[in-house]
Amino acid sequence: MGDKASLEYREVTRTVRMNPDDMRRVGVENGSKVRLRNALAEIEVTCVSAKDELPPGVLFIAYGPESSKLLAGDTHGTGMPDSKGIEVELVVPGRA
Amino acid sequence: MQSEIRVVEKATCTFCGCVCDDIDLTVDRGRIVKAKNACVLGKAWFLDHTIDDSRPEALVGGAPATAALAIEEAVRILAAARYPVVYGLSDTTSEAQRAAVEIADLAGACLDTTTSVCHGPSGIAFEMVGEATCTLGEIKNRADLVIFWGSNPAESHPRHFTKYSVTPKGMFVPNGRKSRYVVLVDVRKTPSARAADLFVQIKPCQDFEVLWALRSLVKGVDVDAGIEAETGVPLATLRALAERMKRAKFGVLLFGMGLAMTRGKHYNAAAILALARDLNRYTRFVAKPMRGHGNVTGADNVVSWSTGYPFGVNFGRGYPRFNPGEFTTVDLLVRGEADAALIIAADPAANFPQPAIEHLKRIPVIVLDPVLSETARIARVVFTTGVYGINVAGTVYRMDDVPIRLRPALPSRYPSDEEILKGIARRLRELRAERGCA
Repeated sequence: MGDKASLEYREVTRTVRMNPDDMRRVGVENGSKVRLRNALAEIEVTCVSAKDELPPGVLFIAYGPESSKLLAGDTHGTGMPDSKGIEVELVVPGRA
Repeated sequence: MQSEIRVVEKATCTFCGCVCDDIDLTVDRGRIVKAKNACVLGKAWFLDHTIDDSRPEALVGGAPATAALAIEEAVRILAAARYPVVYGLSDTTSEAQRAAVEIADLAGACLDTTTSVCHGPSGIAFEMVGEATCTLGEIKNRADLVIFWGSNPAESHPRHFTKYSVTPKGMFVPNGRKSRYVVLVDVRKTPSARAADLFVQIKPCQDFEVLWALRSLVKGVDVDAGIEAETGVPLATLRALAERMKRAKFGVLLFGMGLAMTRGKHYNAAAILALARDLNRYTRFVAKPMRGHGNVTGADNVVSWSTGYPFGVNFGRGYPRFNPGEFTTVDLLVRGEADAALIIAADPAANFPQPAIEHLKRIPVIVLDPVLSETARIARVVFTTGVYGINVAGTVYRMDDVPIRLRPALPSRYPSDEEILKGIARRLRELRAERGCA
């Protein structure tokens, strides 16, 4: 059974993947902490290189308790909150 | 303790919507030690299980209680509520799902399943467009063009490739992988791209535009070259794909949450269903959602054949009404309307939007779950139940709507969801009779 209390689950759902060119551009080391924020919440996650998986400007985080904090409650009449394609601001600790 | 090895043949894995029913489980001293034929996800599902008797059968207000006492408290909460919601149901048997429908009916509740935050938009699209569909067996035996759209089966449904869609030899695709052309359309280059002949990377939230362009090209309507700047996909790529789709003998579009969770939602799903429908003017083409949880398809089926609608159903007027956005759980909680919740085999406190979780914390919640989930931690009443497929027998539906029986491997001292739900339904019926309700 997928154990949501497990360390592995917590790590996976608290890791964001990022385009390596973007990481260089904003000065993020592989495995370092970054913060993602929008109007609803701010979460701290570990940033790792997505290698060739993601184009510039796109982040990926697995669906879980942390990513859900960034979800708005409006479902636009469908029952489904916007759970992908959400705009966030990436904050690198120690940088303005 | 002496080794007491036994084998449960052709057990059914309920981790994902593939519901593989060819798993041979080796059980030794109350633990599953081998799961032959299972994928990496299935192995984790089976091998993590032991017989754990340590939890109380129920909690009421955080204190251990008997299941009978907890049923009384659950019935009191549901009977006192003016606008309760019954939610979850994708990780339990169809027998339990049927009992939950009865409770919702008796309580005049909203009935919603995890489909509403999964392929709910696809369910809306089915009503808009219809569904050109088939079984996974037909895909295995006939499909020579397989297009995955916004889904990543290499990680979410690992055996889909080998059992049904990419490598198996079939009646009309005798050379297996060599007989098929495989396409992946996605925002990110997932591990599934390695299995594809063509990977089409689109910009986020541009699925509808790409699908509509394909519909146009299939029908011979020209598309502006500016489509590349908008979607990231060159017009030449779309033209070639449209022609390949028309030339296929049997094509299939297998779409995932990349469509349903993204802006556009049901319009994205409607676009892919309409594309498949259009292609049937030229060849045989189907479109199917890649379903996640082991019996989420069963939830759709049971709620549909019980009420006429797949999810987001309200019984407040004594008959079922369907209105996603009004009777769906996230909306009911975010608007602060639900005044009680019965949650079966789901964990909304872990993955709903924060405003919904905040309201869930303010109302009495009843939870049925084998584990102490985040939702169970905030619940007034918690039932510990057996795990379907591991401890509990019953019926589940594969992602192509084929019902499959479960063959449990381990006993449990905990009751099934079905037993608890039937107990609640029985007491609600008795209460209605005492109050003179029909």
